[in-house]
Amino acid sequence: MERTTAIAHVGSGHFAHGINSELTRQLQAEGIGMSFTRDGNLIRVLENINLEVAKGEFVCLLGPSGCGKSTLLNIVAGFIAPTQGHVRIGGEAVRGPDPRRIFVFQERGVFPWLTVEGNIAFGLSEIPKSERIQRIAHYVRLVGLVGFETTYPQELSGGMKQRLEVARALAVNPDMLFLDEPFGALDSITRLIMRGELLRIWEAERKTIIFVTHDIEEAVQLADRVVVMSARPARIQSVVEINIDHPRDISSRAYLELRDGIFEQIGLAHKV
Amino acid sequence: MNSSRQPMKGEQYFWPLLAALLFLAVWHLSVKWSGTKVFPSPFDVERGMAELVHRGLLVRYVADSLGRVAGGYSVAVLLGVPVGLLLGWYPAAAFVVNPTIQILRPISPIAWIPVSIVWFGVGNLAAIYLIFLASFFPIVVASMNAVRNVPSMYRRAGRNFGLSPAMLIAKVVFPASLPQIIVGLRIALGIAWLVVVAAEMIAIDSGLGYLVIDSRNSGKRYDLVVAAMILIGLTGLALDTMFRRIEKLKSVRWGFRYES
Repeated sequence: MERTTAIAHVGSGHFAHGINSELTRQLQAEGIGMSFTRDGNLIRVLENINLEVAKGEFVCLLGPSGCGKSTLLNIVAGFIAPTQGHVRIGGEAVRGPDPRRIFVFQERGVFPWLTVEGNIAFGLSEIPKSERIQRIAHYVRLVGLVGFETTYPQELSGGMKQRLEVARALAVNPDMLFLDEPFGALDSITRLIMRGELLRIWEAERKTIIFVTHDIEEAVQLADRVVVMSARPARIQSVVEINIDHPRDISSRAYLELRDGIFEQIGLAHKV
Repeated sequence: MNSSRQPMKGEQYFWPLLAALLFLAVWHLSVKWSGTKVFPSPFDVERGMAELVHRGLLVRYVADSLGRVAGGYSVAVLLGVPVGLLLGWYPAAAFVVNPTIQILRPISPIAWIPVSIVWFGVGNLAAIYLIFLASFFPIVVASMNAVRNVPSMYRRAGRNFGLSPAMLIAKVVFPASLPQIIVGLRIALGIAWLVVVAAEMIAIDSGLGYLVIDSRNSGKRYDLVVAAMILIGLTGLALDTMFRRIEKLKSVRWGFRYES
């Protein structure tokens, strides 16, 4: 049932129609492997991961908890060096974190000692003041935090903190966003709202997004492509294209078929 | 407070005040009933306090003691916080230096008095040096641990935005560890205030510690001894209250647990 690799093809979905794939291909992960030794045992976390992501694409990495998908995202972001293979973004090898690619943690990543404005301005110290003020105002509006500019994070709700972190990331105008289970700590209603917000922001800004989740519904609702990963050592089990336009009707046949297909692949009977 | 009941207006002062009055009453009655000729009653202390005001000593001695603490303590903060930050940031340096710090730290500042007199003579400088010593080590250790406890997520986020190591310390590590550093600073200030009294008893002839020892030695004026003790307590309380104000600033309050 496990296929070792699936090189995902670029030009997926509606976005890359008629564009040369060489131009739109933004990220390439080639033969990524990750292993470490603990108490003398070799633990393999990732094995032979090959993945390509196109510019402006929304890709979800989906897999069971602890399968190594977060590790993969950290490798792609440059926080961890893989033991095998390499990641190239825009043709150049990834050597470390870079302001052009911002990693969004769960809402705990906002800086509690800075106000909403201070957080959004965090990566903007090198731009002229007038433009900085403009950008802050723009992103405060975009993520719906108007009126909370001088509020400290401890007075914000979980969803607001998460939106603040997304705003802080977008404010430096990155090419890519890496989101590591960003809505995992939110209640299910807030999570649903946040997915809509993220899609709205994505449609407005068209950043490339790699989004790690263990929630099948979340992946099918958000992504252009869902990369399904197996349990440890994680491999890419399959890549599912979600060819449904936004906003997605989550009771439509197309949606349910894709969702159930992934449930089956992961080996879950879709019954409780 | 644990009870969810909203305290009535003024109630927050009423009970503590009552407790203090009760303490004074017990004190007064014990002095009266035991018929002691040595230990003063609260009224004797009040008269002693008035005498100190009259002679112009009260303000001068409080100011002298505070001045010494200000001197030694600010040097300790200016040196201790950066040293602690660096030791927290470079574990290798901490590994080398930590054993020495841990040996010096438990030595009571009182034990340093002879050494500081040899180095600085009898006078202000010896006292200031003792206060510096007493507050320096707690500040270093608190700052070092504060840096170590900064969640790696904040450091990663800082690096992600392209900060150099120096900027990372200034813009992420320092503000992230500030609440814990402030706790260390508050403890160190308390110690400094304890130590100034001891230093003034031995190495100097002004200040509240001197007032205690001098009142006893010259004429057994225990009313003044107790008056000095009360002044020491009140000034210490004022210093601590000041620090609690700092803890309530919004940019550090996130690091403290408050019952809202």
